[in-house]
Amino acid sequence: MANKSRLHIPRPTARPGDEPDFSYLHLSPAGSVDRPPVDTRTRDMEDLSHQLVRVLDDDHRAQGPWNPDIDAAGLQVALRWMLLNRVFDDRMWQIQRQGRISFYMQAAGEEAVSIGQGMALRPGDMCFPSYRNQGLYLYRGVSLVDMMCQCLSNTRDMCKGRQLPVMYHSRSANVFSISGNLGTQYPHAVGWAMAAAIKGEDHIAASWIGDGSTAEADFHHALTFAAVYQAPVILNVVNNQWAISTFQGFAGGERRSFAARGLGLGIPGIRVDGNDLLAIYAVTQWAADRARGGGGPTLIELVTYRAGAHSTSDDPSKYRPKDEYSAFPLGDPIERLKQHLITAGHWSGKKHSMLEKDLKAEVLAAWKEAQQHGTMTEGPFLDPATMFDDVFAETPAHLESQRQRMLEVES
Amino acid sequence: MAQMNMIEAIRSALDVVMEKDSNVVVLGEDIGYFGGVFRCTEGLQQKYGEHRVIDAPIAEGGIIGAAIGMGVNGLRPVAEIQFADYIYPGFDQVVSELARLRYRSCGEFFSPVTIRTPCGGGIRGGQTHSQSPEAIFAHVSGIRIVMPSNPYDAKGLLISSIESDDPVIFFEPKRIYHGPFDGDPDKPAVSWASHPKGEVPEDWYTVPLGTADVVRPGTELTIVTYGTLVHVAEAAADETGVDAEIIDVRTIAPLDVSTLTESVCKTGRCLIAHEATQFCGYGGELTATIQKHCFYHLEVPILRVAGWDTPYPHAFEWQYFPGKKRMAAGIREVMEGG
Repeated sequence: MANKSRLHIPRPTARPGDEPDFSYLHLSPAGSVDRPPVDTRTRDMEDLSHQLVRVLDDDHRAQGPWNPDIDAAGLQVALRWMLLNRVFDDRMWQIQRQGRISFYMQAAGEEAVSIGQGMALRPGDMCFPSYRNQGLYLYRGVSLVDMMCQCLSNTRDMCKGRQLPVMYHSRSANVFSISGNLGTQYPHAVGWAMAAAIKGEDHIAASWIGDGSTAEADFHHALTFAAVYQAPVILNVVNNQWAISTFQGFAGGERRSFAARGLGLGIPGIRVDGNDLLAIYAVTQWAADRARGGGGPTLIELVTYRAGAHSTSDDPSKYRPKDEYSAFPLGDPIERLKQHLITAGHWSGKKHSMLEKDLKAEVLAAWKEAQQHGTMTEGPFLDPATMFDDVFAETPAHLESQRQRMLEVES
Repeated sequence: MAQMNMIEAIRSALDVVMEKDSNVVVLGEDIGYFGGVFRCTEGLQQKYGEHRVIDAPIAEGGIIGAAIGMGVNGLRPVAEIQFADYIYPGFDQVVSELARLRYRSCGEFFSPVTIRTPCGGGIRGGQTHSQSPEAIFAHVSGIRIVMPSNPYDAKGLLISSIESDDPVIFFEPKRIYHGPFDGDPDKPAVSWASHPKGEVPEDWYTVPLGTADVVRPGTELTIVTYGTLVHVAEAAADETGVDAEIIDVRTIAPLDVSTLTESVCKTGRCLIAHEATQFCGYGGELTATIQKHCFYHLEVPILRVAGWDTPYPHAFEWQYFPGKKRMAAGIREVMEGG
């Protein structure tokens, strides 16, 4: 050991022009990780936080104790939702590139997170998503048209033009409002879960945060409160390796997994293959059963890869190898589930192509319908007078007077 | 009616609403078993249990963030931040989440959190136990800001705050928890027992949010103030012999403009006083609002008396605090001008 202190600046294994290098990712063979009973003490299952729960093996077969045994019909449904998420994202990305919406964020490569976890939760469970969880809204029944109208800030926009594209909300679907400030939803999920326990209900809460945002204080507040009160909550870290241009090492991921962040507080951590829908479903169901049974919170790290740019405002070719995704050892979540179904004899390339074609047509039809409610350039337009509503439960005098002033000046 | 100090009035408000609505829960540091460092929640945990009077970790951002989530799930949380000076770790949760949730979700989600927090100096608290950050939060749209100046208003305004579907920050001027304070630290402390506003009904009642109170009618000058300085203004008016109309703002945001402007249009002179620092302080907003409505009635420029634009210095508390001498000097300046 040198007799000198030092400053360590984390560096990713590959930058533009370099060969992609994922040797830093610790992988476990599919089926190799034990599935402990849900009432196991945290200290007796610490291995789960650095191993990687995987069900689908390299030959696309489901292996081991975490295999959730979802029937073929269920898996086809999952495949459909993941594919819809991707087709929707692709279309909206193009639409942004054509200048017809101001901004977009895609979930490419991470679709199994929202769909797998959405499927493992009950409809009464409350989701506190981040901005890459559009799959949760879709899976829980928010229509494509409503999602698109939000991105268009048109007359059917659920946010009435008050929020950036992709900052959805849905009370009826029990998916919370997306803020845009990173990580703030984490303590909300814990508080919501505490309230469920106070009221004696068996609903649980779940929240999602990126690897980068685990550095925010809200992450640590949420973990502390969840541990102290043993709140019935599932706290998910979607480790997609990149927070815009900073790799996960800048959030402290170089030495310990994100799943291990809760161990010091006694929160069990499970590190799971985030591109393996079966594994995701299984660990989420395990954590949900634990929470519903009074066992408190679980921290799940979903190891995945952000296949696209952070947002339409980002250019990842400036900071990471262009072909990095193709070298990612956990592959693509849609392709893997598709191959699993084909291998099991429940799907075919032809059926997949037909499904994709149908979904593209569905998305295109929705886009046509969404535009009927207004686009950025063509009416009908939202009434700007509504911008003064909902600041308070009842609009106070000073806002009414500002509304009148705005209307006078604009008319 | 009972005689209550402000602490007892606040406790009574919490008790009355908790009795009435089982969704009201209280959380904060030291507030449960111990009853709060200022005793505002004393006895509530014994009465309502640990699930409704919840001791919290020392993480103000966590307390406010968790309270928001509880509110979204149908509870009506009252979060105590032990000192207003400690609220800053929760600033993002207040500004970006609590204040905007209803707006950004078009009313689909809201969280009716009330944040109670003791503020102000005069207790030898130094710079981390004396601040009055009301203007920082009044600048944020979507949140109601309240500061009572006596036990009767404290109880009625706190009940209104908790029952409001809007988020509220309820600032409690801790120097007047036990008695009105005229700004002279050398005089023996006075209790609320002999003050008319120390008479507090034991049952449920409200003082509506958004209404200022004319504490004392007058003809020569309007003093617009709130919190501890209401009592300093009364003492300074007595000392100078000026027939001042003293207005307690009570609800800082949204503001009851007409009570203020009607008074200033009548008297033609206005002194604005608050304990917080002057620069970009709430007095600036009051000044702009009053001059807009009362410009042609004003005999002299509006004057502000406020805390100096320094941190709250421990050893020079009484030179910092806008006490009776500064208030009286301000009154004389406004009366002599013009």
